[in-house]
Amino acid sequence: MSAREMILGRVRAKLPKGPEGSRREAVERRLAEHAPHLIPARGQGDIEHRIRVFTEMMLAVGGTVEAVDDINEVPHHVAQYLRGGNLPAVVRRGADALLARLPWHRGGALEVTEGPAVDADRASISHAFAGIAESGTIVQISGADNPTTLNFLPEAHIVVLEAADLFASYEEAWTKLRARLGEGNMPRTVNMISGPSRTADIEQTIVRPAHGPKNMHVIIVR
Amino acid sequence: MTEMSTITFKDNVTKALADDKLQFAMTETGPRFIAKRTKAREALPEFDALRDQARDIKDHVLDHLDIYLETYEAKVKETGGHVHWAETPDDARAAVLEICRKANAKMVTKGKSMISEEIDLNQHLAANGIVPVETDLGEYIIQLRNERPSHIIAPAVHLTRDQVEADFRRVHTHLDPKRDLTEIPALVEEARAILRQKYLTADVGITGANFLIAETGTSIIVTNEGNGDLTQTLPKVHIVLASIEKLVPTLEDATTILRVLARSATGQDFSNYTTFSTGGRRPGDPDGPVEYHVILLDNGRANVLGTEFQDMLRCIRCGACLNHCPVYNAVGGHAYGWVYPGPIGSVVTPALVGIENARHLPNASTFCGRCEEVCPMRIPIPKMLRHWREKEFERHLQPTSMRWGLGLWAWIAKRPALYRKATALASRVLANQAVGKGRLKKVPLASGWTEFRDLPAPQGKTFHQMWKERRS
Amino acid sequence: MPESSPRVGLFVTCLVDMFRPSVGFATVKLLEDAGCTVEVPEAQTCCGQPAYNSGDRANARALALQVIEAFKGYDYVVAPSGSCGGMMVKHYPEFFEPGSTEHDEALDLARRTHEITSFLTRVLKVEKVGAQFPARATYHDSCSGLRELGIRNEPRKLLASVDGVSLREMTDAEVCCGFGGTFCVKYPGISDKMLEKKIRHIEATGADTLIAGDLGCLMNMAGKLKRMGSPIKVRHVAEVLAGDHETPPIAEAKL
Repeated sequence: MSAREMILGRVRAKLPKGPEGSRREAVERRLAEHAPHLIPARGQGDIEHRIRVFTEMMLAVGGTVEAVDDINEVPHHVAQYLRGGNLPAVVRRGADALLARLPWHRGGALEVTEGPAVDADRASISHAFAGIAESGTIVQISGADNPTTLNFLPEAHIVVLEAADLFASYEEAWTKLRARLGEGNMPRTVNMISGPSRTADIEQTIVRPAHGPKNMHVIIVR
Repeated sequence: MTEMSTITFKDNVTKALADDKLQFAMTETGPRFIAKRTKAREALPEFDALRDQARDIKDHVLDHLDIYLETYEAKVKETGGHVHWAETPDDARAAVLEICRKANAKMVTKGKSMISEEIDLNQHLAANGIVPVETDLGEYIIQLRNERPSHIIAPAVHLTRDQVEADFRRVHTHLDPKRDLTEIPALVEEARAILRQKYLTADVGITGANFLIAETGTSIIVTNEGNGDLTQTLPKVHIVLASIEKLVPTLEDATTILRVLARSATGQDFSNYTTFSTGGRRPGDPDGPVEYHVILLDNGRANVLGTEFQDMLRCIRCGACLNHCPVYNAVGGHAYGWVYPGPIGSVVTPALVGIENARHLPNASTFCGRCEEVCPMRIPIPKMLRHWREKEFERHLQPTSMRWGLGLWAWIAKRPALYRKATALASRVLANQAVGKGRLKKVPLASGWTEFRDLPAPQGKTFHQMWKERRS
Repeated sequence: MPESSPRVGLFVTCLVDMFRPSVGFATVKLLEDAGCTVEVPEAQTCCGQPAYNSGDRANARALALQVIEAFKGYDYVVAPSGSCGGMMVKHYPEFFEPGSTEHDEALDLARRTHEITSFLTRVLKVEKVGAQFPARATYHDSCSGLRELGIRNEPRKLLASVDGVSLREMTDAEVCCGFGGTFCVKYPGISDKMLEKKIRHIEATGADTLIAGDLGCLMNMAGKLKRMGSPIKVRHVAEVLAGDHETPPIAEAKL
């Protein structure tokens, strides 16, 4: 008997019997319904409320946030941000259509490279799949549009978040994901990112960065 | 790697209590974690209700664990991942080794994984010519010291800054000896630079899993440093180590439990990086691992199902019980002698290694109940500890003197008339011995008490004697 | 609550019985002052907690039955201990099959059983005691009373009404003192370390008196304080509330 059979057999033997059909039914029903549980009130409210809560939480962990009304302003703000952080005017993006369409010439001497991040990249920009007000969280999906390495390798990670995608709670992000990919389907990676990387492993003292980005800058586009 | 020392718990404790550096490090630990959790709880009115829901989710999963495991496995395979079932640590090690060999791995990076500690993976890889590199800063530090983690989420909590500096200087010999490492950020920066090279060149990345989601065939890791993500994203192969009780049904179920995890562990609303991984690269993915493997480990958990210990399988390894435990805070994690310290460690360890090998752990508790009070999954830890003592009693594992002493006490207590006489006598004898002082410095058979404190003397007559006298 | 004087069975507790009857008498005084009739059933010895916490379920169960029997017929059962109270209220029912007579009787006992300060405030609605007791005090919350019976405000409320008592809260009042029954003799080093921390917090308040509701904790802390040569006086909350200055503090002799 394989290890699989042994383990499943041992598990089955210890569990309450019940008509087998009804146990399976209960599981299948739960999976199909994927009902949410209690959703905290914190993120709930209109868009201004959600922006306020998101911003407060992101700032509290050392991230930075700015809001722009016109998406075409983004390249200028990116260039400004890199200058302010004494970083070279180079930023890596993925194939994301929204980012590709931006008037990058408005970033002045800003150079935009494309593809997954490499070791030498010092700044990246991604387009958030969602933002979560409840905990000041950005949701990124793996793939050619916004490669996962953009979230982790460079020391500065810039995120463009459209206000309409700034949800109150995580559950809405799952709803959006299911609508895009179909029930039960996931991309290779979903990253929920709630600030720049940090560690408190030495004497409980918080230090930024640890291994991931040192800075996280979110540009919310109303 | 350190051997198991649960049997020498008392010696471990003596050492720990005399270890000034450890005591200094532990002084701040508990209070800091406690304050952070309290603050997080107060900032979320729904927190306690979420704990109840989290408990109910896990109870449902455990009652249907066989079906959820099958569903999960099918989903992982559907997304191109591989599932390896391991009954024992040996099986798990062998499975990991085979995957690494197939990948011609010379060096592997590791995210924090308690399961990898449980199966002594690093030792096995090293013995087979593969270099494992821990990337979580705390794990990296203790790897340099050849120690086990002393806390479930903060592995190096038992160390002081200067100890870490000493280890870095000892091991990072390629760096300028005159460099300044007095500030903690300098130490972190040094580790970051060294480990970055490892991330970029590792052949295989191994992580644990905080949860496994049956609905989607997904594994979740929860970190702050970004090390887990770099570990699992850059190499060609990603191996996930998970024990079978990590299952949750849906994304929504995982979300609810995640809401109580970081708050209970570090006081954060959400950990910095909460990552959901499903299978390897998809068509069009420009990065990410090509191969995705999950090792599902039993190692004694199935045996716990359906027993009075089942509730321990709800644990999400947040460490809150450790932080609030006065015993853990007095002796630190290494005294517990194995992988899992603190209150939950005292419940889990006997289940995995046998009560006869770990009998001290459930006994070294005052049942103060703080652990249960803060457990996000509402695990009744003191009750479980007491169950272990019952098992111990049934199997006659306690020291004979203790068993006899308590047995005699109970025998007399069941006979009130005799009890009255015995207690009147004891009261008078001890009161006489303490004449004029009100306390005794030495009492036969009670050296455990008098080693550190005086024994307040009885008042000379029992309450029942005096009550009778006053009434007549 | 019955119209006439409530009939209370006093659960003395084994520690009070053998080591410090004055706590029992203080408890009786408090109950009688509040209008109760107090009796002390002869057939009581121990609540069974030492057996229970050592894994000896059979003896614990036997002692539970003995207590249940001894206290039948009383309107209330009151103990000067959150630990014994917690045992009787929370754990006795666990020994018996739900639906059995014994289980019903255990539930009935649990419903009638209270720790003394909790009984005075929650059941008898006592707002103040008329005692005088000068003391710069601090209060230790015993674990079982706190976490099993929810006792926190009750002793403080009553102490606030004692003429002369000023209460200063210590840091970590809710943290275990290291007694834990047999724990303190099985693992004396750990117990002592926990005690050390507790004593430091007590001393930091500048109090001259330490008060708590459980004699096990009190003997543990008093024993350590005296070993250290500390002048801090240690008393049971019942004694303070009853205004008992006569009895020397715990571990001290009559001068």
